[in-house]
Amino acid sequence: MNSLIKVDHVYKSFPLPDGKGEFNVLRDINLAVRSGEVLALLGRSGSGKSTLLRIMAGLIPPSQGQVWSNDRPLRGANQDVAMVFQSFALLPWLTVQENVELGLDARGVNRAERRRKAISAIDLVGLDGFESAYPKELSGGMKQRVGFARAFVLQPQVLFMDEPFSALDVLTSENLRGEIDDLWNAGTFPSKSILIVTHNIEEAVFLADRVIILGSNPGRIRGEVQIQLPRPHDRNSPQFKALVDYIYTVMTNPEAQVVNLQVAPLKEVKSPYAQLIPHARVGGISGLLELIVDLPEGTADIPQLAERIQLAVDDLLPIMDAAVMLEFAEVSQGDVKLTAIGQDFATTTILRSKDLFRQQVLDRIPLINSIVSTLKEKRNRSMRSDFFKDLLDEHFPNAESDRQLATAIDWGRYAELFEYDASEDRLYLTEAESAEEKQPSLTS
Amino acid sequence: MRTFPTPDALRRSPFGLADLALLLGFFVLLALVAQVGAGTLVSFRPPDILPGVDLNPANLPYHAARSTLRMFIALFFSIVFTLIYGYIAAHSRRAERVMIPLLDILQSVPVLGFLSITVTGFIALFPGSLLGLEAASIFAIFTSQVWNMAFSFYQSLRTVPTELDEATRLYRLSGWQRFTKLEVPSAMIGLVWNAMMSFGGGWFFVAASEAISVLNQEYTLPGIGSYVASAVATENLPALGWALGTIVIVILLTDQLFWRPVIAWADKFRLEQSAAVEAPRSWLYDLLKAARIPRYLGRLLTPIAELLKRGLSQLTPPRKRHQIESKRKSDRIYNVLLLFAIGVLIVAGLHFVLATVGIAEVGKAFVLGLLTLLRVTVLLIFASLIWTPIGVAIGFNPRLARLLQPVVQFLASFPANFVFPFATLFFIRTNISLDWGSILLMALGAQWYILFNSIAGAMSIPTDLREMAADVELRGWKRWQKLIIPGIFSAWVTGGVTASGGAWNASIVSEIVSWGQTTLTANGLGAYIADATSAGDWARITLGIGMMSLFVVGLNRVFWRRLYHLAETRYHL
Repeated sequence: MNSLIKVDHVYKSFPLPDGKGEFNVLRDINLAVRSGEVLALLGRSGSGKSTLLRIMAGLIPPSQGQVWSNDRPLRGANQDVAMVFQSFALLPWLTVQENVELGLDARGVNRAERRRKAISAIDLVGLDGFESAYPKELSGGMKQRVGFARAFVLQPQVLFMDEPFSALDVLTSENLRGEIDDLWNAGTFPSKSILIVTHNIEEAVFLADRVIILGSNPGRIRGEVQIQLPRPHDRNSPQFKALVDYIYTVMTNPEAQVVNLQVAPLKEVKSPYAQLIPHARVGGISGLLELIVDLPEGTADIPQLAERIQLAVDDLLPIMDAAVMLEFAEVSQGDVKLTAIGQDFATTTILRSKDLFRQQVLDRIPLINSIVSTLKEKRNRSMRSDFFKDLLDEHFPNAESDRQLATAIDWGRYAELFEYDASEDRLYLTEAESAEEKQPSLTS
Repeated sequence: MRTFPTPDALRRSPFGLADLALLLGFFVLLALVAQVGAGTLVSFRPPDILPGVDLNPANLPYHAARSTLRMFIALFFSIVFTLIYGYIAAHSRRAERVMIPLLDILQSVPVLGFLSITVTGFIALFPGSLLGLEAASIFAIFTSQVWNMAFSFYQSLRTVPTELDEATRLYRLSGWQRFTKLEVPSAMIGLVWNAMMSFGGGWFFVAASEAISVLNQEYTLPGIGSYVASAVATENLPALGWALGTIVIVILLTDQLFWRPVIAWADKFRLEQSAAVEAPRSWLYDLLKAARIPRYLGRLLTPIAELLKRGLSQLTPPRKRHQIESKRKSDRIYNVLLLFAIGVLIVAGLHFVLATVGIAEVGKAFVLGLLTLLRVTVLLIFASLIWTPIGVAIGFNPRLARLLQPVVQFLASFPANFVFPFATLFFIRTNISLDWGSILLMALGAQWYILFNSIAGAMSIPTDLREMAADVELRGWKRWQKLIIPGIFSAWVTGGVTASGGAWNASIVSEIVSWGQTTLTANGLGAYIADATSAGDWARITLGIGMMSLFVVGLNRVFWRRLYHLAETRYHL
């Protein structure tokens, strides 16, 4: 099979604020979109999957490396692709028809031809009768149908989809996803290949022939999984479930190897300010643990769990990561299981659970540990939070370091390790923690 | 979304009542513009032939029409300028670095101080015709509204939603298509509201710029402003009353016949993709939509428009390649050149002022500036103390708010200088010094912004917060301290900035006022500029304007910007 788009040793980094070096988003990406396949890029937020898609669409240039489209080096917006956006990206002041005609108009197609093609694309997505409606009159699902029609009408070589169903409610996205799959399986799809970016594992396995799994920080390819099932992929088949379970396991274990791919785990000594902590609130962590502890054997199947508590995977994973990082839980084979400490944490009194949490945080989270020891070294036992923000800024882009600090403060406050005064923007040791110095702690 | 014409629609004649009204309205408008526009070509050879003003109230409609025509011409130029300036600033990084700070300064410079420079320039440009004065007056209105609009457009361009931007790039829209389909539409609502507010403010300047004495010359342009000026000169109270009534009618008419339809039309450019809670309505817009002539015309013109669009698109092809990030070195050279140019300008200005009037004069201007600053401050404090409680009371009562908000909006756009003569008369009768009286004059225009924004701020406090306050029995001062003041803070800051800017500008016309032969003068920078302008003293004009700009810019940087920051970070609802 010949490849339509080839990504050749692509790196991408963004400069950090105040010229403090660079933040690496993508590292050494190599992949190809072959003719006639549906390829899924699967990764968690922060894996740079949307950035990669935009580089392949020619919307942003790579820092290093080259993208080839139809064997021509890509230097600007890619003419061989059309994109369906997460937020639909419809122009609210144009009617459905005018929106669909947008790309044709730009190509200089004459009016009658434009009209004919647009109407047939609108028919294809099942919106006939809505040609003169404005986007604000449509529901979310119908808006995304317009997004699909706008892309179909150009008959691109590859159709790019950037989390196309994630802004829709569960039923609507299920329905639309099924229709797109039907259209592809019928063999009359308006493009030769599809490239879809998603964080939804089931969606990837359902739609794709091949799933590429991206790792985070920096985004890199961890491996790929072939979905060798008869189309349409049957969700209830044991193979389907096994694939989903397998990918869950891989994605919850950042160190794990994907299939037969040799990915050497990275072991570097990192600064305490370079290690990502997952963005999870303490309430979310303890809620999850309490939920699992009531299940038989303190074990839960992750996909089932996600479905049960109606949380998107992207929201559930950070919470689970946090639980694993704090040694409250373990993940294996797509199952999550509480550790002894985790069981204790989930069942004991608030006071004792705070003690447990404090102990684990100091033990396992270098960032918080470093904050506490910095505060202890200061005579007035307090520090402007900007100081820590600056340290984080050396490793993360601005928004990320803000989130890191906010999470650290949330955890530290809950553990009663330090207090935060929002009006002065300062962190200071709590009295309990100051007193602890003189009087050996009761907890540990 | 009906695909078939209803039987009702089929029965309607192709030429409806709406069309008849439309045609009539169109021809009346055409005739009016032709009639009024012809007046601008009257011969004018100063100092021999100067058009006078006849105070017969029958002439008022003509005068009002002349002023209105000026307003609309200025608006047209403002829009053209806004589109060009904003576009360049948003698309060229280098141009942006000069154009945006320049906008910031131009926004703060007192427009009225410029009149002297522009009037002489424009008269020289059109010798022997009133067009020069006409152009100077239009230019004054233009400068009073354009900076705001350009800034709003620039900001909208910078905040085009990312995915929409990506879609237009991926679908390879040409520069022209991008401009007409994405950039202008997404900026439209902000632009329209800004234009409407600025237009309201423009009445003040049209009145002030029609009758002006520059370089020891009295210049008069037929218009409602000069009508008022000549009524003041001849102490004719009834004529003043007529003028006041006329301007009220004119403002209401432009609102109904122009701004309401435009706002109703612009509502389709709202970026939120859900239907608006309450779409603005206008009877005229409904009429235009019901009429068929516009649609027939539209269909007739489509092929031409299509051709034009094609041509313009070919002239502005989409960017084929990524922009290469520019070199740091050439950036540095550019910076040095910029700093050098700014330095040269400052040195030249300082040299001119110091060489002609000396350092003592600068000190004097500074002290006068402090006096005016004191007035502005007193005004802001009193206006806040009086209008904030009233505004909050109105804002907490939705029915009252809906009723009174348009009234306050009207008061804000009402040119305060039409009321000045009455106030002047009052000061003369009661022997109040203008040193204090000018505060009242400045407040006549500026205070409404505080009231208007207090109402808006109070309306934006969520009902559940108010119910909570009632529930925990917050009362009196505590309620103000904990709920109301933080809740309306950002709105108050917006109102305060606008009011303070308006007051500085107004000081030029309110620190020196006259009634017949009596002239009252206050000590202040505004009177200083007005004096220098009528005497044609270039050095003092430059010094006065420079000093006032310095005060306004400094105040914005030191005071208002901090409050803005505080409002955005701490008191954001």
